[in-house]
Amino acid sequence: MKRSKPIDLSNKPIPSRPKRQTVGELQALQRLMAQAVMRPLTTAAKMNPRWIDGTSARNVVAGFIKPNDRLTSFERLQLYNRQYWFRLLDCFYEDYPGLRAVMGERKFSRLAREYFTECPSVSFTMRNLGQFLVRFIESHPKLVAPENQLALDMARLEWAHIEAFDNAAETPITSDDMLDANPHTLRLRLQPYLTLLRLNYELDDFLIAVRRGQGLRHEASNAMENRRERLPNKLKVFHRSKTFYLAVHRHRNSVFYKRLQPDQFALLSALQRGFPLEAAFTKAVESANSAKFQPKQITKWFQDWSALGWFCDGVAAKSKRKPLRPSKANSRQRHNRKHSP
Amino acid sequence: MPANRFNASTDYGVGIGLRIPHYQHIFEKKPVVDWFEIISENFMCDGGRPLEMLDKILEQYRVVQHGVSMYLGSAERVNREHLKKLKRLVKRTKTPWLSDHLCWGSADGRYTHDLLPMPYTFAAAKVTARKIRETQDFLEVPIAVENVSSYAEFHVSEMTEWEFLTEVVERADCGILLDVNNIYVSSFNHNFDPFVYLNNIPAERVAQIHIAGHSKYRKYILDTHDHPVIDPVWKLYARALQLAGKTATLLEWDDHIPTFDEVHHEALKANRFIQQTDTVAA
Repeated sequence: MKRSKPIDLSNKPIPSRPKRQTVGELQALQRLMAQAVMRPLTTAAKMNPRWIDGTSARNVVAGFIKPNDRLTSFERLQLYNRQYWFRLLDCFYEDYPGLRAVMGERKFSRLAREYFTECPSVSFTMRNLGQFLVRFIESHPKLVAPENQLALDMARLEWAHIEAFDNAAETPITSDDMLDANPHTLRLRLQPYLTLLRLNYELDDFLIAVRRGQGLRHEASNAMENRRERLPNKLKVFHRSKTFYLAVHRHRNSVFYKRLQPDQFALLSALQRGFPLEAAFTKAVESANSAKFQPKQITKWFQDWSALGWFCDGVAAKSKRKPLRPSKANSRQRHNRKHSP
Repeated sequence: MPANRFNASTDYGVGIGLRIPHYQHIFEKKPVVDWFEIISENFMCDGGRPLEMLDKILEQYRVVQHGVSMYLGSAERVNREHLKKLKRLVKRTKTPWLSDHLCWGSADGRYTHDLLPMPYTFAAAKVTARKIRETQDFLEVPIAVENVSSYAEFHVSEMTEWEFLTEVVERADCGILLDVNNIYVSSFNHNFDPFVYLNNIPAERVAQIHIAGHSKYRKYILDTHDHPVIDPVWKLYARALQLAGKTATLLEWDDHIPTFDEVHHEALKANRFIQQTDTVAA
């Protein structure tokens, strides 16, 4: 019987399994693709043919994305790259119609592109896309020149609007709740949805008019397309004032802009900074450079602000101590009686 | 009786996505709708009108939560703060199950706000399954993961999409939100037979089905959710029901949204197929 020669296995290559991806490689791949998806588009709204280091983006993308019989690797990834930018810009257009109106289409579009290139989203919700915009405008004045202050004011107002829309509302305290409190120690917090603004332009009516002409925000989904309507008119009817004070707040779940007098603004700002009531008065008198407040006037202000629900209990909310009054229910009843016919 | 152990809500019937342009109609006319699906992220805020509207809906309708930003396939760790917000919403809605996508979309804390495709690798399946388990344990509600539409594939993939989906859900022991429109879209974009996909997933894990329309271009299809459901997708839906049994079904319509009645009418076409299906799959 013929025997076959013994086989020397030591030199024969063992058929290797295809190399499997590691978790580290998965992370690296996702990082690489995210970089590609978030790269700014060209002026023709195409994917940039140059990679970050100046080499061919086609080669880089071909290294990790498969082509098919209709599209190259580059073209396939371009679909994601374009969708990313269209989605962000679309949302930005809806959130900042006022800024768009005051800056004009071309400058606004450039600002948006530069902003998202430097400040990509770091939140799970697109609601927060504009959270760094004011700081960005402050640090990039050329992008909004020559209307620097106007653009900054509008960006502040529009961010305050977003905050007022869906920030938390804590249990309000009424002016009655404050009656027995010691003004030396009483700290009132302002509602998280309320923003106090010191502006150089009277933009409130202007923004209301712009927003009235704007449609509803489109729903979040994985569906996207390039959709931007033009503003019907570039309204530019606003007045430069020396200083203009505004409270952006929410009442019955609608956002409102309430104009404030300088001393009202100073008092509310001092309360917002955490000063006890009496110290807030002192601060307000100093900063508003006004004569002493009239008690009757102050009472009226606090009644109005309390009726709007602007105050919440700074001490109790933070340390879960007892409310200012023994029972919220009792104080609510008193409040109701006071306003009943 | 549930068609499978992941489908305890067989009786849910046909729902539609809750969309802002329909609020007025819903509150005024109070139409009979089996259930509404909400995008969780639209209500993960701390106050204001979104939650007021949601509470009004919850007074009269059943609501199921569907997420778009959990990014279960991301190599990053689960974001606990995100989960805490989500859990607050889960307690509010009492959603019987919760779904999100089998995808990723963030890297190094930067969000693309897109549903990016997974590389179909064992490492990715392992990471994803671990995150699903962690999420499910934290939220204390059953999770179903949805197959996404995709426009790109990776060289590094080690298996098909349906094998990857199976690998993930078996490892995580979770349900599937089967989007038959997404299967159709991806089958065109990646040249595979959509029925092979359907026939090779664990049908006993299908907890919910999505149907939708899309936009066809010369070289690819985009999942735009802005058209009625096309016949080939209805055929896939019928096959899915054959395999999985009667299953809660939802029509997605997110762009160029027509009237409430048009959307609802389109969704209710699914009943034709559901009525022909035995409760327990063959």
